[in-house]
Amino acid sequence: MVDVLQILSPAGEVEANELPEGLGDELLVKLYRQMVTVRTIDTRMLNLQRQGRIGFYGTCKGQEAATVGSGAAVEMRDWVFPALREGGVLLLRGYSLEQYMGHLVGCSLDPAHGRQMPCHFGSGEHNFLTLSSVIGTQILHAMGAAWAAKIKGDDTVTLGYMGDGATSSTDFHAALTIGAVHKVPCVFFCQNNQWAISVPFSKQTASDGIAVKASAYGMPGIAVDGNDVLAVYKATREAVERARRGEGPTLIEAITYRIEGHSSSDDATRYRDSAEVESWKQRDPIERYRAYLKRRGLIGDEVDGEIHSSVKQRVDAAIKAAEAAPPPALETLFTDVYAVTTESLKAQYRDVATEDGGGTNEGAFPL
Amino acid sequence: MAEITIVQAVNDALMEEMGRDEDVVVLGEDVGVNGGVFRCTADLFDTYGEDRVIDTPLSESGIIGAAIGMALYGLRPVPEIQFSDFIWPAFDQITSELAKMRYRSGGQFTCPMVIRTPYGGGIRGGHYHSQSPEVYFTHTSGLVVVVPSDAYDAKGLLKAAIRSPDPVLFLEPKRIYRAPKTEVPEDDDYIVPLGKAAVRREGTDFTITCYGAMVPVAVEACDKAADQHGWNGEVLDLRTLVPLDEDALLASVTKTGRLVTLQEAPKFTGYSSELSAIVAEKAIDVMEAPIRRVAGFDVPFPFTLEHVYMPHADRVLRAIEDVMTYE
Ligand SMILES: Cc1ncc(C[n+]2csc(CCOP(=O)(O)OP(=O)(O)O)c2C)c(N)n1
Repeated sequence: MVDVLQILSPAGEVEANELPEGLGDELLVKLYRQMVTVRTIDTRMLNLQRQGRIGFYGTCKGQEAATVGSGAAVEMRDWVFPALREGGVLLLRGYSLEQYMGHLVGCSLDPAHGRQMPCHFGSGEHNFLTLSSVIGTQILHAMGAAWAAKIKGDDTVTLGYMGDGATSSTDFHAALTIGAVHKVPCVFFCQNNQWAISVPFSKQTASDGIAVKASAYGMPGIAVDGNDVLAVYKATREAVERARRGEGPTLIEAITYRIEGHSSSDDATRYRDSAEVESWKQRDPIERYRAYLKRRGLIGDEVDGEIHSSVKQRVDAAIKAAEAAPPPALETLFTDVYAVTTESLKAQYRDVATEDGGGTNEGAFPL
Repeated sequence: MAEITIVQAVNDALMEEMGRDEDVVVLGEDVGVNGGVFRCTADLFDTYGEDRVIDTPLSESGIIGAAIGMALYGLRPVPEIQFSDFIWPAFDQITSELAKMRYRSGGQFTCPMVIRTPYGGGIRGGHYHSQSPEVYFTHTSGLVVVVPSDAYDAKGLLKAAIRSPDPVLFLEPKRIYRAPKTEVPEDDDYIVPLGKAAVRREGTDFTITCYGAMVPVAVEACDKAADQHGWNGEVLDLRTLVPLDEDALLASVTKTGRLVTLQEAPKFTGYSSELSAIVAEKAIDVMEAPIRRVAGFDVPFPFTLEHVYMPHADRVLRAIEDVMTYE
């Protein structure tokens, strides 16, 4: 096993000289606010899903430090290629909550017109690729976009996220192989949350972790305590700088844990031990970081309540707006298939527009 | 007789065939301890153990490629692809390798196996949990393609598929996985032969071809046509897309002279286009109206507007009215 980078001890203590460069007080607090925001939204959304108000939801719970710490380490000009659990990175990049909720509800406020299931965010303006559900494909896109930046001589780095399951995909192998040969400015970031739906990490690979795989591809591999936001930030920041200097890609493995089921459709009690879940709850990334910030006097007792209530207020307003907004216009079913909508598609639109509005809308997504 | 769902039927067929033939193995993502995300492989792990009910790493080309090796060596693998939308990483293994093995080796090597995978929309799954990929595979010579529409057929066809010497793609209509329940005999050994269509509703005025989750939609549309117009339609459930039961298709249109085809996959170059061509080639002289195809639109499968995309009984009824009032 490679060494696992850790800065914050489980009790939330840091040796002062270990604090990563560039982490001023303001950013330290911002990371915290963002982690709490992600958790608050998750809790709220899972409830909405259970009430049947959104169709599906997959939380980031337990992975907030890995998500926010890495997302904060790239610049706005850099590109992000997310997997399922990185919606928080889009928010960190300044995405509006109205559009975020608009997508989750699938209404006309969603810039992608409710075409995909919830949690498939994307924003061109924020250099955050609209993801597909297909596991692993984005790893190649992150590599290819970084390659393009290199060819064009741009100062852009890409950050490609994946789960541990995704590292078994053929696309992972291709992305790391090609990316290392061509020294592309890409950071491959694996959220090893120990589970791919019901498949435990031990059944995913016989490798001693993901980070060690990097050396065979010819790039550095860094294992980091994924529940330590400071360590995640430091590891990602260094990899980003390395990429920007033209020294090629890095593979980061954030060791963390998926606290909830795979998604709103999954019953994790069927396949995993509650004692395991409990032991990871003891290593909660938010609690640990809060202890540190309190000790430093950067936040007080009231801050959590204040974040919760302000997030709650904004989320409530955004949900209200999303639920009040009309569904996507009928014609959005037929636009964006091609740059210019074909005559055949226009005819199909005309046919359905004169129909009685279609069949009935059925239940919730089962997975 | 027992009343069961399609999920239960698939599970029963697997349970029985694994008991009958110890070469049958099941592999895929989440099929073991978890019993499958749709529960189709429930209890197999406890019954037959981890050597025969295998949770694989997340690699569809790995699952199918490994199954090909297993089949070559003498096992009867039944790999599961969790959603047919995720079959594409294995497309090369299926189309280049699996489908051509018998042919390219002059019959020296064969890969009997059944790839089970849920397909189709109507479950609020958006682009990647809703598609109907049948035509990519019906276009590939060497594969048998099966789509059951109820529990009786799901069980009987799956058992027949597992015993087939050819590779079978078994597309399970997940929209109707849990309803309606159908009666299934408790006799272990009933099978439904591959390559035979079934008439779901007999009629003389027009024919509707369909398969999988569109069968109940076709029946509903026929009932509406009978109620509203007194027309008596025939519903032909194809059950096996390759090999097609061409005799059943031609017999039905010869009787009715009018054809509406129904599929949820996009219309352009869809499976129904082939049916239309066959009828045009072999039975145009008995046809009394142009063929009408009811299908999904030629767009990626949507999320919020799914109910607009999915063919429904009223849309089918309009096509029936077209073929019935044609002059
Ligand atoms: C190619 C592909 N195969 C299967 C699936 C079904 N599926 C969705 S998520 C998932 C597990 C993903 O695990 P991991 O990559 O570890 O990410 P996590 O969900 O744990 O964040 C599976 C098998 C899929 N979406 N894509």
